[in-house]
Amino acid sequence: MSVSYNDFVIRFANVNGSGSASANGMFAKALFRMGIPVATRNIFPSNIEVLPTWFEVRVSDVGYMGRREGVDIMVAMNAETYDEDIAAIKPGGVLLYDNSAALSANRRRSDIREYGIPIAQLMLPEFKDQNQRSLFKNICYLGALAELLNIEFDVISGMVETQFAAKQKLIQPNIHALAVGRKYAREYLAHPFPYQVKRSTAVGDRIMIDGNTAAGIGAVFGGATVCAWYPITPSTSLAEGFEKYAHQLRVDKTTGKNKFAIVQAEDELSAMGIVIGAGWNGARAFTATSGPGVSLMSEFLGLAYFAEIPAVLFDVQRSGPSTGMPTRTQQGDLISAAYASHGDTKHVLLFPSTPRECFDFAADALDLADRLQTPIIVMSDLELGMNDNLSEPLSWDEGRVHDRGKVLDAAGLDAAATFGRYLDVDGDGIGYRTYPGTHPEKGSFFTRGTSRDEYARYTESPEIYGRNMARLQLKWQTARKLVPQAEINSRGHAAGIIYYGTSASPMQETIDLLSEDRIAVDQMRIRSFPFGPEVEKFIDEHDFLFVVDQNRDAQMKTLLVNELSLDPNSLVSILYFEGLSISADTIREQVQTYFNQNKLPRLTGVKS
Amino acid sequence: MTFVAKPRVHHPLLPINDIGLTRRDYEGSVSTLCAGCGHDSVSAAVIAACAELSIPPHRFAKVSGIGCSSKTPSYFLDKSHGFNSVHGRMPSVATGANLANRSLYCIGVSGDGDSASIGLGQFAHIVRRRINMLYLVDNNGTYGLTKGQFSATNDKGSTSKRGVPNLYEPIDLVTLALQLGASFVARSFSGDKRQLVPLIKAGIKHHGFALIDVISPCVAFNNHSGSTKSYDYVRHHSESVTKIDYVESGQEITADYEPGTTEDVEMPDGSTLRLSKVDANFDPHDRIKALQYVQRRQSEGEVVTGLLYVDPESPDCHDILETIDTPLNELDFADLCPGNAALAPINQSFR
Ligand SMILES: Cc1ncc(C[n+]2csc(CCOP(=O)(O)OP(=O)(O)O)c2C)c(N)n1
Ligand code: SF4
Ligand SMILES: [Mg+2]
Repeated sequence: MSVSYNDFVIRFANVNGSGSASANGMFAKALFRMGIPVATRNIFPSNIEVLPTWFEVRVSDVGYMGRREGVDIMVAMNAETYDEDIAAIKPGGVLLYDNSAALSANRRRSDIREYGIPIAQLMLPEFKDQNQRSLFKNICYLGALAELLNIEFDVISGMVETQFAAKQKLIQPNIHALAVGRKYAREYLAHPFPYQVKRSTAVGDRIMIDGNTAAGIGAVFGGATVCAWYPITPSTSLAEGFEKYAHQLRVDKTTGKNKFAIVQAEDELSAMGIVIGAGWNGARAFTATSGPGVSLMSEFLGLAYFAEIPAVLFDVQRSGPSTGMPTRTQQGDLISAAYASHGDTKHVLLFPSTPRECFDFAADALDLADRLQTPIIVMSDLELGMNDNLSEPLSWDEGRVHDRGKVLDAAGLDAAATFGRYLDVDGDGIGYRTYPGTHPEKGSFFTRGTSRDEYARYTESPEIYGRNMARLQLKWQTARKLVPQAEINSRGHAAGIIYYGTSASPMQETIDLLSEDRIAVDQMRIRSFPFGPEVEKFIDEHDFLFVVDQNRDAQMKTLLVNELSLDPNSLVSILYFEGLSISADTIREQVQTYFNQNKLPRLTGVKS
Repeated sequence: MTFVAKPRVHHPLLPINDIGLTRRDYEGSVSTLCAGCGHDSVSAAVIAACAELSIPPHRFAKVSGIGCSSKTPSYFLDKSHGFNSVHGRMPSVATGANLANRSLYCIGVSGDGDSASIGLGQFAHIVRRRINMLYLVDNNGTYGLTKGQFSATNDKGSTSKRGVPNLYEPIDLVTLALQLGASFVARSFSGDKRQLVPLIKAGIKHHGFALIDVISPCVAFNNHSGSTKSYDYVRHHSESVTKIDYVESGQEITADYEPGTTEDVEMPDGSTLRLSKVDANFDPHDRIKALQYVQRRQSEGEVVTGLLYVDPESPDCHDILETIDTPLNELDFADLCPGNAALAPINQSFR
């Protein structure tokens, strides 16, 4: 039997609330600690208990971290979902299940391998307590997998020890359950197992972290002092991440008091109002939410745009519309975030692709919000936010300080000849602001969502209103120069592929698969909206362009067409919106189809 | 932190306060509200109170929602920053502002529509959060700015309108605030300076959330069918409710009465409001008694005014959150960013 190393997809099918998450997490972490690149995906129900849940780990020494279609090893621990789980296994793959109850004949597949372990029976004599027994079932299959896949046992048992460091009593029974599973696999199951692991150097110095936690840490380093939020999957862990690290890193040593304030608001309207009130009063503030929250925040976002108040919003997107599939991923909020609120309103968006970028963009967003005096929306998604991903380590440039933008203090006000909050002194559309309480005589102004002149005085003059709107448009042009640039890999091919956010994970694999089809494409990863000149240039330089969107309505394509006045036919959409993250297979298939239908030449596309 | 205001040339007859300023220094721009609007009387009382407290004008932060009432922060304290936000959401903006800089005196102004209808949720939650601020509701029992629709504070019993009856139960912000744990709750009448100014001063100085529900008559819209200025009349006799082109100028309605007495006030809609001032023996330290007292009097057709409840010891939101004494907006880079070295152990914990 042939054995492949460090290259497979394993999926654990469990029942929500059965304690499988920590066992499955340990599995992934063990491989990571052996230096093997892994990507984890938690496919969970919007429920606390009983419904089916899946945990998928992509193991890839070459470092393909996107989702891949088909499962090599199915650990089927939920009899309710046997049918779909068994169907998902690739021919030649493995079904690992609890054969304490026999698998019915009609479920058997001749093209896969069955590995039955009588887990329930094994646990029965070992643990008296019913709860413990079902918990240790998860640890038992972990032990069996360790044996079959050749996971270093020290790594896994060491992990049990750190995991339960606080509950010493649990360490021994866990290690025992591991050993029971391992022993059974060693004595009764067929060797060699077709998928195995071996120590690698491919991980390098990378870390394994979820995007929300990274963004929360980024908000600490970026100097956020006020966080207001309302719980919603998949954004909750971002605020919690901020809270955890703020408590570690931002408590005054002498007084023990907090250099931050976190408020769990009564709803998203209030969360955004708190952020705006704090931003107006000179604190760096942010909130985190998902699509439904963005809808509620719309009126306030318009106020912050028009009254020019810094605010940072993380939109960790999930599948809409409405409550949609609340625990599945999507890039479905681009339009609603970009143009959130009534009137001519538009907002700066940032699109992180990795946890490291969640960290960086959190700090960048806080800087940009102050610099541009406007809301900055960081468009993450469930895939990036809630799953443990391989990431470059977090780092902070030692020379870097926070950019608080154009703020006049008392001395600045005394030095200035005049002060007008909305005077465009520098010609970039951005005025100087003052914090409340700065100066006894100068610099106070009235902030409002109604029309005002350069000195913040209420006006209904058509001309002054028009002038103000034009200045906001000029500020938008300034934003184009300040936001993170697109990442471009251009080799002069005729075709280009444009993508953003988590569509980056399957991209290297996509490019490699397409080259097997003799299709070569240049790549551009968009990192922000408004689009910089480099985006226009890339589009100009290519004869045909694909735009990858993880939504039904081609929302990035819409933004490109709308903002750059493009011919809609000049961009070909690659779409996926069924709630899992997009796979290389999906992109490849759609690109191939387009090439075939349009009889485009293969690998002759290198321009002279 | 001390701020010394520059000496100015003062009107010789205006009293000068402890920091050398007169009430002129606490004024704002000229009001654009209807002549006689109760809200202007409230603004005047705020100006008097702030001047008497001798707080430098720029140490206030003013916040409001949307409505005639919410416009009034323009009409007082023009040396301080103001924020006229969105309808019903002043409480959240005030929360953020207070979290960012705890050293400023925060004054919020709202209306009955702003706080009891669209903003009732935010109102309830800011009370719970105990934000250190003075929260003024200019309560006229109507939507002034959108031209006289019914508001949720119209009391079925006490104000007994002669015209269209209010069919729905009223929301009383005073009892609500008492129930939700406000540490300073008062009610007053816009035209009763003698009562209102000291209450505002006490509310500003109070550490914690201070509500003053100020009954503040709208002289333009009266909400009874006999009135040609009522919403219903306008709705039925004009193409659009926004086309009112003549507003009779009204007289400021005043009241001046002794503690422990009642006074009947003629309201612009022709109804009579019976105000009942708590007397010197009233104990404002008992939340439950205050609730009972207000409700009993209400059932007898009286609107109780005065300081109804105060707890000078209760913690505010910053005490609860244990934030540092320095205003958060004054923390500098070194306070806020732990620097690259702090990332090494964090990275290690994710390996
Ligand atoms: C979201 C939203 N809905 C409706 C309005 C229209 N609107 C403006 S003021 C107002 C009512 C104001 O009533 P109140 O708060 O009692 O203030 P008053 O004018 O009576 O002082 C309404 C409904 C608005 N500005 N925003
Ligand atoms: S409409 Fe009523 S509330 Fe508004 S300014 Fe006129 S009198 Fe005052
Ligand atoms: Mg009103």
